[in-house]
Amino acid sequence: MSPVLAAETAGSFPLLTAVVVLPAIGALVTALVSKRRPELAKQCAVLFAVATGALTIAVLAGFDTHAAGFQMIDHVRWVQDPQISWTMGVDGISLWMVVLTGILFPIAMLGAPPHHDEKPFYAWLLLLEAGCLGAFLALDLFVFFLMFEIVLVPMYFLISGWGYEGRRYAAMKFFLYTMFGSAFMLVGTVALAYLHAKGGPVTFDLRTIAEHQGVLSPQTGRWLFLSFAIAFGVKVPLVPLHTWLPDAHTQAPTGGSVILAGVMLKLGTYGFLRFGLYVFPEASVYFAPAMITLGVAGIIYGAICATMQQDLKRLVAYSSVAHLGFIILGTFSLTTQGIDGGVLQMINHGVSTGALFLLVGMIYERRHTREIAKLKGLQRSAPVMAGVFTLVMLSSIGLPGLNGFVGEYLTLLGAFLTHRWWAVVAVTGVILASLYLLWAYQRVFHGTPDEANADMPDLRWTERLVMAPLIVIIVFMGVYPKPVLDRIEPSVKKLVQHIETNTHYREPKAPKVRPAPAAGGQTASQGKAGK
Amino acid sequence: MTSLLFAQLGTPHRIQTPSVAWSGLLPVLVLLGGAVVLMVVGALLPRRSRHSWHLWLTLLIAAGSIGCAVPLWFRVRDHGPLSILRDAVRVDGLALFLGIVIVVGVMLAALLTDGYLRREELEGPEPYVLLMLSATGGLLMASANDLIVMFLGLEILSLAVYVLAGLHVRRLRSGEAAMKYFVLGGFSSAFFLYGIALAYGATGSTNLTDIQRFLATNTLTNNGLLLASFALLLVGFGFKVAAAPFHSWAPDVYEGSPSPVVSFMASAVKAAAFAGLIRVFVYAFALDRHDWQPIVYVVAVLTLLVGSVLAVVQTNVKRMLAYSSINHAGFVLVGVQAASDRGVRSALFYLATYTFMVAGSFGVVTIVGRRGDNRHQLDDYKGLARTEPLLAFAFLVFLLAQAGVPFTSGLWAKFYVIGAAVEARSFWLALVAMLSTVISAFLYLRIVLAMYGGADEADEAAPAVPRLRIPFAARIALVVSVVATIGFGLVPGPLTHASKTAVPKIAAGK
Repeated sequence: MSPVLAAETAGSFPLLTAVVVLPAIGALVTALVSKRRPELAKQCAVLFAVATGALTIAVLAGFDTHAAGFQMIDHVRWVQDPQISWTMGVDGISLWMVVLTGILFPIAMLGAPPHHDEKPFYAWLLLLEAGCLGAFLALDLFVFFLMFEIVLVPMYFLISGWGYEGRRYAAMKFFLYTMFGSAFMLVGTVALAYLHAKGGPVTFDLRTIAEHQGVLSPQTGRWLFLSFAIAFGVKVPLVPLHTWLPDAHTQAPTGGSVILAGVMLKLGTYGFLRFGLYVFPEASVYFAPAMITLGVAGIIYGAICATMQQDLKRLVAYSSVAHLGFIILGTFSLTTQGIDGGVLQMINHGVSTGALFLLVGMIYERRHTREIAKLKGLQRSAPVMAGVFTLVMLSSIGLPGLNGFVGEYLTLLGAFLTHRWWAVVAVTGVILASLYLLWAYQRVFHGTPDEANADMPDLRWTERLVMAPLIVIIVFMGVYPKPVLDRIEPSVKKLVQHIETNTHYREPKAPKVRPAPAAGGQTASQGKAGK
Repeated sequence: MTSLLFAQLGTPHRIQTPSVAWSGLLPVLVLLGGAVVLMVVGALLPRRSRHSWHLWLTLLIAAGSIGCAVPLWFRVRDHGPLSILRDAVRVDGLALFLGIVIVVGVMLAALLTDGYLRREELEGPEPYVLLMLSATGGLLMASANDLIVMFLGLEILSLAVYVLAGLHVRRLRSGEAAMKYFVLGGFSSAFFLYGIALAYGATGSTNLTDIQRFLATNTLTNNGLLLASFALLLVGFGFKVAAAPFHSWAPDVYEGSPSPVVSFMASAVKAAAFAGLIRVFVYAFALDRHDWQPIVYVVAVLTLLVGSVLAVVQTNVKRMLAYSSINHAGFVLVGVQAASDRGVRSALFYLATYTFMVAGSFGVVTIVGRRGDNRHQLDDYKGLARTEPLLAFAFLVFLLAQAGVPFTSGLWAKFYVIGAAVEARSFWLALVAMLSTVISAFLYLRIVLAMYGGADEADEAAPAVPRLRIPFAARIALVVSVVATIGFGLVPGPLTHASKTAVPKIAAGK
């Protein structure tokens, strides 16, 4: 921790709290707008979302690149016994999640307006944003749980209110699955705090609990890790727990899908980093092989399922399962490169899959179908859309020069160091990704359009403007990921060191050649490779 | 009445009649006196009036009762509990906390009753009088330190509620519910009384302090009698709180009884019964907790699962909520099972917050039930969000709070219970409790989905039914409940603190 920094920011403007509270206020204001003025509701909501986005950029600007610990900490005591406090802080890992959230929400709002009931739609979206940001910034276990759980409600309403034909089923499934995981997590959270207190004052402060390792027996730690892993595993989703995802993604309105894939799935992977690796280093090392196996299973399974889909949106949904598998692989490789790659991949997946969902939504708006078989030759009728789709798709596949490549490469590199054969299997996932995406592209965009597809309008100017920032990010991060990696790496290194000091695990020596420009100051800890 | 009581309690060393600290009994006396006054005044006032005299008088009396309880609360906090009537009644934090909860339950139920009575053309002071008399019994039960007094309280409480269940004289189901409740309640009272007898046989006293002292200083060579009394007492309490093997009356009675009365049954009656349960088991039998904890553990698991699983298959909203209230009773039992300071605290917190949630829920049910109190099918809630957005929102808040969604009081209630269970090392029980919440969430979401279901269904259903009438008094009750549910969700501190102050010391382990 960096008490100096905490002292520096104390008393100044509570920026992180503002980031969380502003969208919540926006939701309230939007909800209070007169029913007869739906356009005002939209303007108001977008204004708040953009303002929140600006605040997240301010967080990025004020972020100290080289500090590894938590920064800009806001700390307010909430409940006395047990001690629960509103503690918000940002480090290199959560920073990008916050920025991603700040950028994706206005895009989702502008890019995918609802067809009816604008006001509640935007109000729920803003509430969702507040919940997501709160979850990424919370440094208190209980506040994190609150935020992790509260996002269910707006998303439930978004799916059930504005989704497609099977929306009720999908919304219910989504809510119950996630709540099932949360049930384990609540018991786990409470048990962790009470057992950690050992009869003393019970605190839910993340740093206090994580930095005082060795209070719990390894056995207890493993059980508690499992309780958290179930919750995060549902959210990610890990393979046996993933069945809610295709339904929820497919049935959600476009804006909901963008947020679900772009931001909410990251709550799971972020949770693994922050509350798995950081809080339970011993259990993380112990369960790493199992988690990696599940991750790789997700990569292969998601890719195979995606290949077989008839529905374009469902295809993208399954591709998410595969991509998230990569993130899990990187995270539990427990190497600096792997975790770096994992975090980078979280951003990439948010941007690319968010963009893909937007595009699929735009196709649906025009053709009222998502069935691949009914779409043909769209390249002719909508060349700009085809171009954008190609770029986003290639980024999703992981083509060098685009963002997906950097993340996937680092992930595989890290995984290769500790779990060689798993990495080898995972690489086939990259190949499968090009298979299902290119094949889908071929069927949808190539060929001569039939009557129904011939006069499909191309992207409008507003839609182009919405897609533009995403494309800029995709290209920029593919070409020059250094600024991003520079901020991620200190925190990740600190996390790996934290694992090393608390377990017998030693990070294997990094190879001399590092692909990313950030490779500069890499000094991996010495020691025997893996365990 | 007191002399009769002492004749029964009669200890060999009685030399002088005890001085009675009447001030300690003021909350009970105000309520009791108020009920009698209302009865008399009610005879003088017109039965049907544009003004809700009965309601406002009831609220005034209830507020008076709370007004008497508040100074007592501070007195008890600073100077320790008051022991009144030769220790037959003990006014301590627990009694006052739950006493206030019960009276709040009366106020909310009374607010709902007013509109209900007008709608059903049943005006008259009797329901209010019965509510207050029942609450008197509840208050007595919460402060009883003697099994006989507790039984008296239980009977006063129950008899009034039996009548309340049959309040709607023209509705057949209401009579049926009253009959069922009465017969089964009579059974459970018999069990309870027999349990008292056995406890007396095993320990030589009905006074809880004496029982606790006896068990602390003596080791029973044969504790069969005591265990049997545990079982019988638990049946009696289990019936009143609708815990699992003794729950079967609840859905039928809840469905048949007038909805405002149900809100009272689910909040105040439960609070009173739990007060008794906590006093007898957690405090008097504190040293034998290893004997009764496993039983309560099993009862809690059954209650949680029965309440959640059976709720899922219902299509009648009132029955759904009845089962869900069984599930909530299971949660409070989890707190009781911990048999610790934290456990009692969590139970108190749960009961206090649940009172608002359940009163609000049944308040909405009362309104949606329309004239005749019969429209409780899930279909009757279709498109409620379109026709009555605020009512639907209120119900949404109550349902989400019951499901334990963050920033509602429901989550804190569950959180404290889970904390107590974890502290007592009942991890699996905690997990079962949370998983049962997930199952119940399904049923809450079904209702939510019906209310907020898409535009298509609502448009078809809309023209058929006239607008709902939401009486002013019911509006107040709903607003208060919503504010309390969200307010305690955002700022749980004061209530947590109060529940912490309320908990008396538990006897240390053997």
